[in-house]
Amino acid sequence: MARPDVKNFDIGAMDALARRDAPAQRLDPRAKLFTTLAFILTVVSFDPYALSALIPFLIYPAVMVGLGDLPVGYLGQKILWASPFALMLGIFNPFLDHTVVGHLGALEITGGWVSFLSILVRFALTVGAALVLIATTGFNTVCSSLAAFGAPRIFVAQLLFLHRYLFVLVQEASRMARARWMRSCTNRGPGISTAASLLGHLILRALDRAQRIHTAMRCRGFAGQIQVAHRMRIRPADVAFMAGWTVFFLFFRMVNGSMMLGNLVKGLIS
Amino acid sequence: MSHHIVEVRDLAYRYPDGTSALRGISFRITHGESVAVVGSNGAGKSTLLLHLTGALKPASGEIRIGDFPVTAKTLPMIRRTVGMVFQDPDDQLFMPTVTDDVAFGPLNLGLPEEEVRSRVREALAIVGAGHLKDRPPYRLSQGEKRAVSIATVLAMSPDILVMDEPTANMDPTARRQVIELLKTFEHTKIIATHDLDLAMDLCRRTLIIHEGRMVADGATLEIMQDEALLKQNRLEKPLRMQGCPVCGFGRPKN
Repeated sequence: MARPDVKNFDIGAMDALARRDAPAQRLDPRAKLFTTLAFILTVVSFDPYALSALIPFLIYPAVMVGLGDLPVGYLGQKILWASPFALMLGIFNPFLDHTVVGHLGALEITGGWVSFLSILVRFALTVGAALVLIATTGFNTVCSSLAAFGAPRIFVAQLLFLHRYLFVLVQEASRMARARWMRSCTNRGPGISTAASLLGHLILRALDRAQRIHTAMRCRGFAGQIQVAHRMRIRPADVAFMAGWTVFFLFFRMVNGSMMLGNLVKGLIS
Repeated sequence: MSHHIVEVRDLAYRYPDGTSALRGISFRITHGESVAVVGSNGAGKSTLLLHLTGALKPASGEIRIGDFPVTAKTLPMIRRTVGMVFQDPDDQLFMPTVTDDVAFGPLNLGLPEEEVRSRVREALAIVGAGHLKDRPPYRLSQGEKRAVSIATVLAMSPDILVMDEPTANMDPTARRQVIELLKTFEHTKIIATHDLDLAMDLCRRTLIIHEGRMVADGATLEIMQDEALLKQNRLEKPLRMQGCPVCGFGRPKN
């Protein structure tokens, strides 16, 4: 059995990235949230067979990764972890949709495959953009921007608790996994009965701890709303950031950038 | 100021599973007093402290903080007056940075931003943790976590400090630092602990709780010399009163 390595569970890493001093981190969180929402809405609004038209949208996450000094490999890994969901959603498309939409040499490309790939690309883009937002802003600040945009308080508090209790759950789980590992002499994984009891204990322990944290929060005057002390100020650069990207997204929503570039190159060659 | 008075009358509490945790506890602590609450594991110390902040509702009996009884209505006021430092700092620290965590209480009090900033600065300076302000709490050492969790409470300027095992899991130097820090506070202090040496250092008065009942309330020095009483309650004399392990001076003869 592999050693339960706490490093794998380092979920605080995103918050550490958000504390870096880089241009993307210095932008107003609301500007980033707005731009990310505009990006996600635009990307999901494409028709199911759109593929080439999505390519210009890679530019936004790429630019943000650059501006935020973010580790590409780390973010890529996170996207991969979440990818089974997208795979499940799209996996049957190639089997159901046999309409031939194009040829690649002798190979027939069916609509099913195109829409499957489109789902994967869209998934990578939207999840990537959301991760970039959190990695440049920090989860709590994203939540307070949501509140600033008028999201219901209860929803924001739920998100914050979800984030906080994730830490609790992971910490408890890694402690238990380590304790089990220290006393398991064989290299085999946990038997079903041990696993069931571990899981049961995990939920009880996490609930207990969550209760203690909640009590501690109430003792410090918590009344259903988490306040964050960061002063948010919209500067001209933030407005330019929002407006610039929104125009960019709308333009490439209406114009197929890849096709345009292709035609341009074709025109230049001929 | 009557503010700093803590009065508990006939307090009883039963956990939802039916375990009786407190069975009729009464005491009165006046302004500026420093009181140790000692007792074995499961004696009811933490349960008692949770009642003082209104985190648990008594089955019967009454608690008064200053001029007010602890009720649902007075809770916001009680929480401003009573600051509680929990046994495990990880339960208390949950924001992404130390600064955010210390600011959590003052922001909940609805203080203006400038005031919050200055309170955070001051509270961190008092506990000597100013240099940790931008660090994430879960990366700190146990001693640092404890210092920061004390700062989170100080930032709310409470009149009464309630602490559950403030020196648990700490190395001797960190323990000593916490004791020296607590000595400088003029708040009314109520400290639940197994560390009887700490009780001797910080508290002139000690309450012993056993199986949810109060069995002793008196001067710390006197209680700590009463070996029979301590033994009955699964306690031992403080280490410094136990005599010399090398020459045997002051040790009981077996």
